[in-house]
Amino acid sequence: MDIKVNVREAPGDCYVVDLSGEIDVYTSPKVKDAIGELIDRGVYYLVINLEKVRYIDSTGLGVLIGGLKRVREHGGSVNLVCTNPQIKKIFDITGLVKIFGIFESEDAAMKALA
Amino acid sequence: MNPAVEHVQPELVELRIPSRPEWVALARLAAATVANRLRFSIEEIEDVKLAVAEACTAVIQHEGHGEFIDLTCEALSDSLRIRVRDSGRHGVHLAAAPNMNFDEARIAGLGIFLIRTLMDEVSYDVSAQTGTDLLMVKRVAFAP
Repeated sequence: MDIKVNVREAPGDCYVVDLSGEIDVYTSPKVKDAIGELIDRGVYYLVINLEKVRYIDSTGLGVLIGGLKRVREHGGSVNLVCTNPQIKKIFDITGLVKIFGIFESEDAAMKALA
Repeated sequence: MNPAVEHVQPELVELRIPSRPEWVALARLAAATVANRLRFSIEEIEDVKLAVAEACTAVIQHEGHGEFIDLTCEALSDSLRIRVRDSGRHGVHLAAAPNMNFDEARIAGLGIFLIRTLMDEVSYDVSAQTGTDLLMVKRVAFAP
């Protein structure tokens, strides 16, 4: 079990973080470090692509919430790409759909950041 | 649904894992395997996996947790009963206070909220003396 993290620059002052695998108490520090590193560099507009994430728990949600909190302090934003029904369900039942922009495609998530 | 399993004999699976993050995946896969013996949907099996992972994470994040987590999964004809216990505690100080900041405590609360939402019955005891002891039940819909 592992998580793969890929960070790429996108048009505008935006970065995309591609996550692939499972985000839990073991793997979430790797995600936290990647997001934290971007924010430390002054990147405050992020799209986090969860399309290839098979599993996420509260520690993973905590990392995403922490990232959102930090970018908002700088007037930034985090949008998520999520198509997996089970993962969408977790955002639904925790009420996080109300604080994250959640989109079906990366294009839609990018456009909504602008 | 798993149409291959028409009548389930009571089955008990016990697993002891080290109380470390890298072992939580094994606990949730074990629970999913037992859940698959019952007539749960794929979505319900995912619920069980998440609930077990949240319970194990709660143990690991509890101050002064023991060396092991004991997971017991009991497949009954109409339900799955899962117990997650903190085990192998040595020299725990009664005065030990949770060493969490406010945000960490909120995330831990999210884990308990998820367990309560995804499972049908949940009872738990968290104390400085005995650590975390959590019992949760998922019932099979349309049980015989």
